Amino acid sequence: MTGAGRRHAVAVILFAALALLAAGCGDQSTLSPHSKASRDIATLWWWMLGAAGVVFFGALFLLLLGWTRRRKRGLPVFGEDEGLTTGLVVTFGIAVPVVTLIALFVVANFSVVSATQAPKTASTAMTIQVIGHQWFWEVRYPGTTAVTANEIHIPARTRVNVVATTTDVIHSLWVPELNRKIDMIPGHRNRVLLYADRPGVYRGQCAEFCGPQHAHMSMKVFAQPPDRFRAWLRNMAAPRRAPSSPELTRGEQVFVASACASCHTIRGTSAHGEVGPDLTHLATRTTLAALTIPNRRGYLGGWILDPQHIKPGAKMPAIALGGADFQAVLDYLQSLR
Amino acid sequence: MATTTTTTAARARVDRLERIWEERPGLLGWLTTTDHKRIGILYLFTSLAFFGAGGVEALLIRTQLLGPDKTVLTPQQYDAVFTMHGVTMIFLFVIPISIGAFGNYLLPLQIGARDMAFPRLNALSFWMFAASGIFIYIGLAVGQAPSAGWFNYVPLASKTYSPNLGIDFYALGLIFNGISSTVASANFIVTIFKLRAPGMSLNRMPLFCYAFLAVSFALLFALPVLSVSLIFLELDRQLGFHFYDIAHGGDPLLWQHLFWIFGHPEVYIIILPAFGIATSIIPTFVRRRMVAFPLVALAELLVAFIGFGVWAHHMFATGLSTATTVYFAAASLVIVIPSGIQLFAWIMTIVTGTPEFKTPLLWIVGFIVFFIIGGLSGIMFAAIPFDQQLTDTYFVVAHFHFVIFGAAVFPILGGLHYWFPKVTGRMYHEGLGKVSFWLTFTGTMVTFFPMHILGLLGMPRRNYTYPRDMGWTGFNVLESIGSYVLAAGLVLIAVNLAMSLRRGAPAGNDPWKAPTLEWATSSPPPPYNFAVIPAVSSPYAMWDPEDREKDVRNLEAGVLVLEQGHETPTSTVVDAEWDEVVEMPSDSPWPISLALALSGMFAMLLLAHWVTAGVFLAFAALVLLAWHSKEPQEA
Repeated sequence: MTGAGRRHAVAVILFAALALLAAGCGDQSTLSPHSKASRDIATLWWWMLGAAGVVFFGALFLLLLGWTRRRKRGLPVFGEDEGLTTGLVVTFGIAVPVVTLIALFVVANFSVVSATQAPKTASTAMTIQVIGHQWFWEVRYPGTTAVTANEIHIPARTRVNVVATTTDVIHSLWVPELNRKIDMIPGHRNRVLLYADRPGVYRGQCAEFCGPQHAHMSMKVFAQPPDRFRAWLRNMAAPRRAPSSPELTRGEQVFVASACASCHTIRGTSAHGEVGPDLTHLATRTTLAALTIPNRRGYLGGWILDPQHIKPGAKMPAIALGGADFQAVLDYLQSLR
Repeated sequence: MATTTTTTAARARVDRLERIWEERPGLLGWLTTTDHKRIGILYLFTSLAFFGAGGVEALLIRTQLLGPDKTVLTPQQYDAVFTMHGVTMIFLFVIPISIGAFGNYLLPLQIGARDMAFPRLNALSFWMFAASGIFIYIGLAVGQAPSAGWFNYVPLASKTYSPNLGIDFYALGLIFNGISSTVASANFIVTIFKLRAPGMSLNRMPLFCYAFLAVSFALLFALPVLSVSLIFLELDRQLGFHFYDIAHGGDPLLWQHLFWIFGHPEVYIIILPAFGIATSIIPTFVRRRMVAFPLVALAELLVAFIGFGVWAHHMFATGLSTATTVYFAAASLVIVIPSGIQLFAWIMTIVTGTPEFKTPLLWIVGFIVFFIIGGLSGIMFAAIPFDQQLTDTYFVVAHFHFVIFGAAVFPILGGLHYWFPKVTGRMYHEGLGKVSFWLTFTGTMVTFFPMHILGLLGMPRRNYTYPRDMGWTGFNVLESIGSYVLAAGLVLIAVNLAMSLRRGAPAGNDPWKAPTLEWATSSPPPPYNFAVIPAVSSPYAMWDPEDREKDVRNLEAGVLVLEQGHETPTSTVVDAEWDEVVEMPSDSPWPISLALALSGMFAMLLLAHWVTAGVFLAFAALVLLAWHSKEPQEA
């Protein structure tokens, strides 16, 4: 390959890599922003990458210059003049960085930061509460009785103030397409703004190491058109759907009488456990165990019978239920719309 | 050949020095040695053993992440392995090899001294370091390894959420390790200030020594904070105190502040010795003095100082007030300046010199490239919103591996080659040296560079596995392959050096025509280092031939030989004017005994046998008493 050809190939590869990055091939990418906050951060990143590239390739150029002049004394023009070289160190080691860093500081920490900071109290149309647990997210909607887990619904194009707390260790709430992360620390009530430009599903994940199942502590944010969100919230605030058949009634009885009820709440029944997620409207959720598995009958059954195989270390013990009881509980849980 | 003995009188003086400074032979000699060079070698092999362990842990991590949903390790094992990897690489490898091995071996040689200021204290540092490392690894061996990460956030590290002894092994082991480092840094400071050869005023001291001076001060002020935070943790865990317990008036954020007040200076403690090694290697292979010497010396000291004012940039996502974060972001940007000065000084020295790219210089060029990458990504974290977006993702993992592996370890590997002839008297194989460099360089790039992209794509760190459909798999596979290439490069270095130990060409005193004083003496150096305390009139003492001729004349005349006892001269702190001759202690059984007694105490603290721990402490006090009894003098 000729020199020019090789340069061309390198440029193509580099460009392809950048394009891949910009496309954000996963759905948790900081580079596919869906809010002003996230977009400002992504833009800041691209500018910083550009500036960093100039510095990096400039330094690389100097090192390569050294390589081409190996075993040769000094530099043409510059020679080994101590005053001149010191001057260059002062220019590139002090003067240029000072100017660049001041610019970065002002843009990042006064301009961009204001888009990503916690919203002022009562400056948002709505406030929700997300509570970290080992290893799931409890979601509450103050002013209503709605409680859910791992799937946070918000109205699109609405500023939502999220109050982030924890019941056990430190977690960190992070939905990169919508905003930066915020740690959930015992005794602290941290806040972060969630805002989505348009309806959609945005994946998030715990970002602070919180024990063996840190890797399986994910969540989804469903940004919905406001009317659909209101309908969802009304349903979520209601108690569980009463069983509509003898089979489902039996399922509820088994649930309430078994170990399930000591850890889970189903509003409208006597199950008031507070260790695991609220299951009142379990069937409306798309996933189980903080996004570890899909919410389908087969997975749900496997989860009940052997959760430690799916999520080793999770607080959920294996529940030994007889065949008929087991099917009844599955039917019942799947009816909790 | 500056100190070639030419006259019979000179030879008689050297023979007498040989006799006075000789230590016990055999294993016992190694256990009781107070010779800074032998202690340096002990540090070297011990820290390399831990490097091996930390490397195996790294490969386990990369193998578990070779694909989604792999089960090479259970989640609990993965947590233990990544925690041990961090603790090992930082506390048991990088710091002990750079300060313990390189510092110990080279610093007295570079300043023309016969040993460290406190030789027995020096031995004590080593034995305590070795004991603390073994102590922490016993935790892993008995299945009770710490698994809350190397920065060990509470409440995950509290008794409630980490009930086994793992965290106690970590906390007590690091307190023990911290005593070792504190002792060592006090020793370095006194050695640098008082033991420089008369004539080596501060402005004539090599930059390597400035780096170690800066590191020693940083350690001395940073370690107490770590010790305090760990003592609080153990009081919480073992005696039911509530320093970090929010329910009883404590606060988990207190741990984070204390840990990072130590932890950020720690980063500079890790990298400053590497800067020192770079400033030793560059002038040798580009045949010119460092550009902007005073600026670089000042920058080394400034980095260590400013490093104490930036800790909260590790905590931008914890909900600190905006004013606080803005201050810490500004401070974090200020520290870029001294780093930039050094960076451009290295590059300008190479470009304006006559570079010869032998293996040691290649490692330094690799170091410069990685330091730029790690430095630039580091600057990005001073942009608060960017930090809050990318912290705790693989972007951070990429950043600190470029800084710690690329920038701190590469000079160490370069230094191993550079000083190999001095320590062993033989040359390493240059061709193999270059191959191992390129393998390691490529492996490092392929392992750590894609981590930036993974972070940007949203992959959090410390996940024992990841889902299939996130677009993360390809980069993870690439990184794992890179880690195997990297490991192959490191193995090749070991093969090269091990083979050269027997088969290498004889090196002579000064194979590189290097500028600093360690090359003035034989390879390996005699126990007394220099037959005559060298004359010094610049930081590039070996490039001043008149001074070396003066050494020969001094030896013939019996000036500055000090062959009357186990002695070394001291000089004044700034101008290095002749001060007095001090007697140096010889080999001693007490340092290792004290380390053993303290090991017993820490083991008993771990098991909550308070009375037995007290008994071991009493033992330690008795050993100290024996230590301070007068030892018999050389006839």
